[in-house]
Amino acid sequence: MNALELHDVRKNFGKSEIIRGASLTVAKGERLAVIGPNGAGKSTLFNLISGRFGVSSGDIRLHGASVAGLRPFDINRRGLARSFQVSNLFDKLSVFENLRCAVLWSLGYRYSFWQRLGGLADAKARTEQVLEEIGLSRQRNLPAGVLTYAEQRALEIGITIAGGADVILLDEPTAGMSRSESDAAVELIRKVTVGKTLLMVEHDMGVVFGLADRIAVLVYGEVIACDTPAAIRSNAAVQAAYLGEAGHD
Amino acid sequence: MRDLAQSAPAASTLSFRPINLGRWLVWGGFALILLVAPWISTRGAALSILCQIGTVMLFGLSYNMLLGQGGMLSFGHAVYSGLGGFVAIHVMNQAGAPGGVFVPTTLIPLVGGFAGMFFGVLFGYVTTRKSGTTFAMITLGLVELVFAASLMFPGFFGGEGGVTTNRVVGQPFLGVTGLTFGPQIQVYYLIAFWLFISTVAMFAFTQTPLGRMLNAVRDNPERVSFIGYDAQWVRYLALIASSFFAGISGALGAINFEIVSAENVSALRSGSILLFVFIGGIGFFFGPLLGAIVGIGFVVMLSEYTAAWQLYLGLFFVALVRFAPAGLASLLMLLLRVARFGRFGRIRMHLAAVCACVLVALTGLVLAVELLYRRTLEAANGAPTMWFGLPLDAHAPAPWLLAAGLFVIGVLAWRRTAPAYMARWHELNGEIAQLTRGQP
Repeated sequence: MNALELHDVRKNFGKSEIIRGASLTVAKGERLAVIGPNGAGKSTLFNLISGRFGVSSGDIRLHGASVAGLRPFDINRRGLARSFQVSNLFDKLSVFENLRCAVLWSLGYRYSFWQRLGGLADAKARTEQVLEEIGLSRQRNLPAGVLTYAEQRALEIGITIAGGADVILLDEPTAGMSRSESDAAVELIRKVTVGKTLLMVEHDMGVVFGLADRIAVLVYGEVIACDTPAAIRSNAAVQAAYLGEAGHD
Repeated sequence: MRDLAQSAPAASTLSFRPINLGRWLVWGGFALILLVAPWISTRGAALSILCQIGTVMLFGLSYNMLLGQGGMLSFGHAVYSGLGGFVAIHVMNQAGAPGGVFVPTTLIPLVGGFAGMFFGVLFGYVTTRKSGTTFAMITLGLVELVFAASLMFPGFFGGEGGVTTNRVVGQPFLGVTGLTFGPQIQVYYLIAFWLFISTVAMFAFTQTPLGRMLNAVRDNPERVSFIGYDAQWVRYLALIASSFFAGISGALGAINFEIVSAENVSALRSGSILLFVFIGGIGFFFGPLLGAIVGIGFVVMLSEYTAAWQLYLGLFFVALVRFAPAGLASLLMLLLRVARFGRFGRIRMHLAAVCACVLVALTGLVLAVELLYRRTLEAANGAPTMWFGLPLDAHAPAPWLLAAGLFVIGVLAWRRTAPAYMARWHELNGEIAQLTRGQP
């Protein structure tokens, strides 16, 4: 069974159709990168999969079951988590609290007001583990709002993976980073997505070719190619549509 | 590396606790203050003021569950305390009537709490569907609705006169003779008791998964829905909890004043709790406690001395929003933080200088306002022209010149001292931020 399937997904805002029948399958445990020129609809596609927007038509299946039309928290509870292109954190809460919030639902604490947070040993242990993984142990008590850009990006990934979802969507995880920061981010992504299914939007070709098992090319709301990095590199249609103009970096 | 990190103090003012000797000490101190407060001043009015402060503290804490912890700006929180008060007073009245079901006065606050909660379940379902400005507008509509209804259903709301009661009803609870709640001191301890356990309960709420997710919803409701939580449901549950405690405060007010009227469910009452909580500081759990003391200080105590108390409250609020937008609690905590890092000595003289200037300017301002009131509003009443034991002639030039002189000198001196203070303040906080980040 595929982890994620998109069948002829369409989305229009008013009269303009942004996603025009995109179809895609992501196998379990695969790392798939979505690339495409600006305005191709990559972020919209992520918003559809994660439930931020509803699809206009078509179907999205997570682990074989349709999730089209479900609200974001329902989709999240079924094992899909996403990050955001612009860091989307709980600014006034500490790094530790940001991560602890992200683990609570998956550990079954739901809307509990009869348990003391401090006494939840499993939530603490899981939070500590993620804190260690994303390398923010020293910043644990700082409010998320005062972190540096790279630290916020790391926390963004931390919140995404903390709940233990097995399908992870990362929206431009290395955007705006320096080369060394970006290398560190790639290492982090590689480490935290072991054994998981990863779908990512990324502009940096170095990151894409370094991480992805397969690459899907999205142009004007359609997936025009989906193949191994080597095949994509030599695909004439892709070169014409995308790599020719933006592939120099 | 991790040990170093764990010993590094928190930079966040939110997570900063200057007193780490243990929660027991803080709660014990709070209980002790509540116990001894009525014995500090033996004047009759003092006890009545303490009772009012107690109920407003409880009301303010319940309001801050929404505003401070959930980022929900409600303009209609008095609906829950007021309706809790109305139900409580009706239950008291039927208990006193022949054939009524006896409910001891000690437990009446619980009745008010459940009544407030009931209306929270009912109204909250509608109001909490949206956040931000929409939420604020819906609560404003709701409070006007309930206020209008209070004049339409005199059977329940008592019309313009409200509903009165006699709190001395029935037999003593648990056979404690003498506990009739006739004497004000007994009412005070009833309020103090419910205030204490409600405060403990509300603080405990902040330390639960739901309490923390409420903070998360405040900071970023969208992200909450991508980590499995329904932000709307979190807001709804928080409002239900908050309305429970608001109802308790409403019932305590009903016991204290033996009357509940339409004013108790008004937008005015809702607005004043917003003002008080904001003054105290919404970013800290204990902020509303300070806000209640200051607020009642203005409304009840200052109004004894001057007709201009509303003007002073307004000026105070404007100054606070301008210079300490996070309220008195944040001011206190920031100073404590500087002190904790051993840097208070470097700012002490600057702070004293600024305070002295403000005091001089303020004296001039207050003098001018009082003179103005004597010339206009109070001239007709033939009000005494004494001020702090000094004769004050509002028609002579000398007091006016004195007022203007004090104000101008104070402001000029403030303009000279304030920049140095601010520069030093930023320097110190920069150093502390560096330290807490654990960077060289």
